[in-house]
Parts: sequence; C-alpha cells; structure tokens
Amino acid sequence: MAINKDKIRNFCIIAHIDHGKSTLADRLLEKTNSVALRDMTDQLLDDMDLERERGITIKAHAVTLNYRAKDGEEYLLNLIDTPGHVDFNYEVSRSLAACEGAILIIDATQGVEAQTLANTYLALDHDLEIVPVINKIDLPSADPDRVSKEVEDVIGLDCSEAAKISAKTGENVEEVLEQIVKFIPSPEANDDLPCRALIFDSVYDSYKGVIVYVRVKEGRIKPGDTMRLMATGAEFTVVETGYMRARMPEPRDELTAGEVGYITASIKTVGDARVGDTVTTAANPASQPLPGYRKVNPMVFCGIYPADGADYENLREALEKLQLNDASLSFEPETSGALGFGFRCGFLGLLHLEIIQERLEREYDLDLVTTVPSVVYKINLTDGTQVEIDNPTHYPDPANIASCEEPFTDAHIYTPAEYVGTIMDLCQERRGVFKNMDYITPERVDIHYELPLNEIIYDFFDSLKSRTRGYASFDYEISDYRASKLVKLDVLLNGDIIDALSFIIHSDKAYSKARKIAEKLKDNIPRQMFEIPIQIAIGGKIIARETVKAMRKDVLAKCYGGDITRKKKLLEKQKEGKKRMRHFGTVEVPQEAFMAVLKLDDDG
Amino acid sequence: MTMTDKTKPIGLYIHIPFCRSKCPYCDFYSFSPREELIDEYTKRVCEELKNTHHTFDTVYFGGGTPSFIGEKRITEILGNVAFTNNAEITVECNPSDTGDKERSFDFSALAQAGVNRISMGLQSSSDSERRALGRRAGKDEVLRAVERAQNAGIDNISLDLMLGIPGQTAESLKGSVDFAVSAGARHISAYILKIEENTFFGRHPEKYSFPSDDETADLYLKTAEALKEKGYIHYEISNFAVPGYESRHNLKYWKLDDYLGTGPAAHSFIGGKRSFYPADIKEYLAGCERICDGEGGGEDEYIMLSLRLREGLDLDKYEERYSKTVNPGFTEKCRLYADRGFGSFDGRIFSLNSRGFLISNTVISELLAELD
Repeated sequence: MAINKDKIRNFCIIAHIDHGKSTLADRLLEKTNSVALRDMTDQLLDDMDLERERGITIKAHAVTLNYRAKDGEEYLLNLIDTPGHVDFNYEVSRSLAACEGAILIIDATQGVEAQTLANTYLALDHDLEIVPVINKIDLPSADPDRVSKEVEDVIGLDCSEAAKISAKTGENVEEVLEQIVKFIPSPEANDDLPCRALIFDSVYDSYKGVIVYVRVKEGRIKPGDTMRLMATGAEFTVVETGYMRARMPEPRDELTAGEVGYITASIKTVGDARVGDTVTTAANPASQPLPGYRKVNPMVFCGIYPADGADYENLREALEKLQLNDASLSFEPETSGALGFGFRCGFLGLLHLEIIQERLEREYDLDLVTTVPSVVYKINLTDGTQVEIDNPTHYPDPANIASCEEPFTDAHIYTPAEYVGTIMDLCQERRGVFKNMDYITPERVDIHYELPLNEIIYDFFDSLKSRTRGYASFDYEISDYRASKLVKLDVLLNGDIIDALSFIIHSDKAYSKARKIAEKLKDNIPRQMFEIPIQIAIGGKIIARETVKAMRKDVLAKCYGGDITRKKKLLEKQKEGKKRMRHFGTVEVPQEAFMAVLKLDDDG
Repeated sequence: MTMTDKTKPIGLYIHIPFCRSKCPYCDFYSFSPREELIDEYTKRVCEELKNTHHTFDTVYFGGGTPSFIGEKRITEILGNVAFTNNAEITVECNPSDTGDKERSFDFSALAQAGVNRISMGLQSSSDSERRALGRRAGKDEVLRAVERAQNAGIDNISLDLMLGIPGQTAESLKGSVDFAVSAGARHISAYILKIEENTFFGRHPEKYSFPSDDETADLYLKTAEALKEKGYIHYEISNFAVPGYESRHNLKYWKLDDYLGTGPAAHSFIGGKRSFYPADIKEYLAGCERICDGEGGGEDEYIMLSLRLREGLDLDKYEERYSKTVNPGFTEKCRLYADRGFGSFDGRIFSLNSRGFLISNTVISELLAELD
C-alpha cells in the first residue's frame, strides 16, 4: 500500500527538563488510541526505571501514531522523543534532523529555561517548524499569558495560536494534534533516489540483534536488500522493516522516503549502526552520506572497579552489554595498585557516568568503586610531543612537562535576576571567564561564561541548584583547549600513595582542595588498630595532612546468658564488612571514603 | 560432632524473668509479675528439671532478678535439680531484695539448699551513678547484703561493676573498685555499658552524657590495672577473679562445654546443637519446645570464644579439634597483633591482653576472615 506522503508528519517534542515532555507524549498516545487506557503507565516511552525515576529521557524513542484530524483525513504522526540532557546533545541533534517540526513545550509556571532556548536554537538550526505549546495550565501558579509573551520576546516565536494545555489532565491536547497536522510540513520525499536513511537511534534486542531507528530521507529500503552503513562501510542483509508502534512493532513491506521506522538486519552491536550514520543500499548506493555524522568522543573518564575483585568478569560482561545499546560508552581494562583490576571508562558527561554506574549497580547487581572523574588534558612535553591524559596515573613527571592544556566550555546559565550575584561568585570560584550577560526579560538573565570542563564535571550543577533554590538552568558545550597550570595531587595513607585517589587539578586550587580531601578522608576512614597519617602531596611535597587516631574500643563486653549465636552473627557481619574494605598495605579504606572524596563540594 | 555423654555433668542456666522494675540499660527478657504467675512459673521450671536426665556441675540462676522470687522458690527449684557434690551453684541477687533492713532474705536457707555463690549488681559505689542506672538501693545496702551472704557461709561473692556510666570518672570508678574489693568480692565482673536499642538509654541517649569511647577505654584499662594490683586475674574480657574463684559456669560458655538453659529466652548448647526458648513467658508456661538455633561449636565459635579468655587460642588444640592446619595469613595476623602490643603470641598460643580485649571484635573478625 503506497503511503500518501502528504499525510505524514515527523516531529519531536523539545522542552526544558520537567516541563512535561514525556507526559505530553503519553497523552498523544492516549488520544490517538495507540494504547488502551488500561495499559497506560506514566511516561510510557521512558521504559527504563531509571528514566522514570530521574524524570529524564535517556534514550531517544520513536512511535508512529494514526490520527484522524478534524478535516476528516487520516494522518500518520511520527513522534520522536529526544533525550533531555546536555550530555546527549549530539543524539538530540540527530533526532531533530529526522523531523520536519518540533513541539516546543514551555511550562506555564516557569517560562523560558536554559534548555528551552538551547533546544529551540538546535531545532532552528535544523530548519524545523516550531509549534509552541504552553503546558501545566492546571497549576494555580500558571501564567500562560505572561509565558506566551516571554516566548515571543525571548525566542521571537509567534504564540498567538499556541495551545494552552495541561498534559497532566489532558485538557486541550487535541489542539496540539490539530496544530501538528496544520503547521508541520509533510516531508519532501523522492522514492526514486538512491536510499539515504538517517539513523537517530539504535537499540539492542537479544532476539533480533540491533534495531536501527531511521528516518528515510530519500529512496526506499525493504527486507532482502543489502544495506550499507556509510560511515563504516559495513553491510548487512535487511531482515525486517516496519513502524514502531506504542505496544509492538508493525512490520511493513518497505520503508520509503519521508517515513520513520525501524530496520533489523542481524547487526551484532550498536557500534555498527551509530547514531547519525546514513543507511544506503549496496545495490544502488548514494554517493554522499547525509550531513552531520560524527563519532562522539567521551569527554569524562573514570575508573570503575568491582568492590569484590571476583566480580571483574561480571563487570566486563555488564559493560559489554551496556555498550550493545550505548555506542558512546567506551571502556578498556586498567589496573590500579589500590583497586586491583577494573576498567577505564569514557562518558559523554557526568550524567552519562552516573547513569551507567547506577545501571551497573542495579541491573547487574554489582558493587562498584569509582575513581574521581577526569577530563582529557593535553600535556605538551619538553621533547616537543603532546600526550592526552585522561587518567592521573599516567600524568607525566612534572620535570618533562613544558605546558598543559585543558578543555573549556561555552556555558549559559538562565536565572531569575536575583541570583546573578551568587552565580557569578560560583563561576568565578570555578575559574570561569565572564563573557556577557543578557536580560531576556526584566526578571530573567542569561549569563554567559567560559568554564573549564573539569570544574563542572563534579558537582557544578548541584551547587548551582542549591544556590538558586533550583531556579537556574544550565547548558554548555565544549569549545576549545586552553593553556592551564595543572598539578597532580597524590593521596598517601600511612606513607603509601593510593593511586586511585590521585587527580589533576589547577594549581591555584591545589591547597584548599588538598585540605578538604584530607579532612574528608579523616572523617570517612574508620579508626583502626594504629594511627594512620593522611597526607596530600604534589610530587614529593606534602601540602596537607591529617591523622586518623588509633581505635581504642571495639568489644562485646557481655557475652553470657549463653546466646553465642547472636554474638557470632555480629562478628560475622563485621567480618563481611572488613571484606568489603579496600586494603592498602595494612590500612583499610571503606568505599564511602572514595565516594566522599569524589563528591567533594564547595562546602565539603 | 561428638554425642553427648549422658553421664558427664553439664551446666544449667535457670532464667528468672522477673524484676521489680526495668533498669534503663537492660535488654534482657524480664518484667514485673503477679505472685500467682511466679508460682506457676516455678512449677513449670521444677517440672522441666525433674524430667531432665542430665546431672549438673554448675547451676546458675540468672535474670531478671532471681532473688525477687524469694529463697523458698529458689530452694524448691534446686530440690528438683540433680547436681553433683562439688557443683558451683550461683544465684544472682539484687541488694534491694536482700540487703534491705526491713525485708528478710534467708541466705542460710539458700546455703542449706546448696547455693555457694552469690552474684550481685553493685555497678557503682557512687549512689548518684547507681541512680542514673535505675538502682534503688544505696551502696550501704549492697554492703549489708554481701555481709548477710557471707555470714550465711557463702564466701564466693561476685560483684558487677559497670564502666561508661553517665557521669562516671576515673576517680569515681577507683572508688567503686576499692569498695568491691574491700567488701570481699572474690570475683568481679566489669562490664562496659552497651547502649542497646530497646532500652531507655537507647531511646533517650540525649538525656545522658555518656563517657566517650576513648574515655571508656581508659576506664576499662584503669579497672584492669587496679584489680591486677589487688591480686585479681583478668581471666576474661569483662571478668576478674581471685585465683580459684573464676566462674565455672560462665567458663562453660566460653569453652564450648554443654549447658542446658530453661526459661524464656534461655539458650542451650547440647551435643553440638544450639537452641533457645522464645522470649515469651506465655509460650514457656504453655510448654513450648525449644527453637533450634543450628549447629554450634564450629571453629569460628572456638576462635571467638577462646580469645575472650586470657589463656587465649591454642593453635595445637584448635588444629587437633578441627583436624586442620591454620594458614600462614592467620599466624601472621597473630604475630602482628602481638607486635603492636595487643597480646602475646609464641607461635602456637595467641592471647590478648587488656588493650587487646578492648579491640577484640576487630581482632576476631579479622582472624575469622583469614579462615575463608
């Protein structure tokens, strides 16, 4: 059955976090009867527990909806849900590239936020038709008129026809569907050109292999075709093509230009079908891939170790499985004197790191120790060569270092005007370079800073939230590498360097950081049979020290009444606790001590 | 494990779960009863003991407050116990039951029935510290009770001291130790106060200023030192005795000897099996069975209990008993602790000293980890 391309609408929903993206998606599914009401769970498209809990979409999702509009025609709506965090900007941009339009949701109580703007600009970059929607009108503090005006003033979008809805209650959601049909253009589609289909996501399925989500831009593709991935040149035989439906996929004879759907071809890993790559056919290949593909490079690295060394192989398997679905996760084996065998892992950002860590612990039931995250530094050596360091352990001897460079970001913070002072203090503390400041409205300010990436990967966002009571929003992208004065801090326990605790830091911050680390460790290392000196050093020079006093008392004084079992259980528990400790020489360090150093913040 | 030799006498623990009132630090099973309930209880204990085929070389009335039920009932219970000629028979007494001027408690009757050891809760000779612990009697009453027992011919008196009482100082503790010694105690138990969750202390810690762990550790070491000077042997973590007056009953717990326990929450260890009665007097009176608590007497228990004792862990005996050889990591650890001044190790016998006792949980759990 030939598809009438005029009746196709490909769109995504963009919004600042918590403005109601997933809730609106739920309602659209419901209003188009894509899901029976009884099967409705909140945030249906966010199928990972983690996505529902954190309230963010981690992976892109897509679903095809049938909608009979008021003009009496039946339309095919392809909704592509985009990830909602700066770490996944590239994925977002690929999802946008698969669409002709975007619904921009703005929270009627909050107005324009950092990601509202960032996502809007991203959508405009892709020439998308933007349909503004004012959400959460059911809330008492909603002010849709003010917010509409703000959108017009700040973004320059005409909001005179913007639907004012409550995705939560379903109020006016039909209006959104009508506007999709009315305002978003149908795809320009030529089925006769060589096939070019944009991959905007891929997921691994243990039965079908990788399921590749595509938007066919030109040409057609069908089961039996030999598909070719233009970035890698890899070829596979297409097994199945079809539409993603809310409940289960719907196989189709072929996918043609303008359509959004899936392809399976017994592909083993998502690394073979990377987001942004172009699918063509071997029989009639396109000469040029679609623009915009790049291999995303991890920006943040850390060591991940099993708490119990025996879990090393399990950790490897778990990482391999996660990588099946996440081409931007990288890992390679690494050995630490302190932590034993583990993996150096690369992530798009800190959220990506946290998500992977949490999934490893939850879905694979692993106890992990994670080292302090690091960015990639460029070190120019005295012999004229340059090395890239993402692991403090490999930091060269300072005598051989001519100069260092660190990555910088271009960062925008959107905030109510009253918090400008405290935000500027924060950025200043984080070695930020002030660029400019725009009053987007009399009450709201866009503060533009250049910030070193290593200053924002730990806890910048948390500090920002706490200083602004959650009202400020933040967006950044990597800009360039700049010369920097870096030093490596080493932590010594009882005289031995604990390699897993070493990290690279700007020299101006070394002393204050060293003192805080020493204090944190002192608070988190339990007293042991002997005194433990904690020292923080740069090279051979000790710049901070603390002491964990010797333990004096750890005894079950009363052990009679004959209840030996209870005492035995207490000691069993203590024994198991000891096994979970990391042993450094004769010093035992609990996992919490590592976490405490990792989470070291301004007030720490 | 070995089958129980029916002819070999074992220990007997009789739990008396009654107290006039609950002390703020105590989490043992006890409550304040009606007279009829005490009679019913006595009857049930007597019946059980009448029917047991064991003979006993130690008998221990613990509580709760055994003296609370009066000498007549204690004598009645003992009448149903088959104990050996030289049995050690202990009754825990509360000085407010037994030292009060007005009330009479007949120690002579107890002595007649075979009781030859009295254990009493002094806790402290400072009356303000005693009050903080909820003890009604003053120290004079304690002294009077001790004298009455001695006059009845019971010279083996054990007094309990407590360390870490709110407000306790090194001086006040010295006073308590001297008081216990001059009262003629042949055995002194000095317990570090442990704040248990389900006690008044545990629920309202903010109402008290407890000594810190370090201060308590100092109090413990001072006690050990003072008692050593007076000729007492620090034979177990919390127990001191004039030579020959060690508690034979309690030593059974620590040496993995068999014992039978009766009464709610009382534990038994017979023929390698541990069991206990539920902590519920109604079930006990209804004649419930003991709850099985699994196998006992394993090497972990052996190590844990041996190291509570001054004589320590004899690796020859251990290896013979469990037909195995300890690994080098184990002996290395023993050597390390000895080198750090927590005890002594001659290659085969590892024992803790007073400093070592203080951190014995750490030592034992580390050694147990070496077994895995």
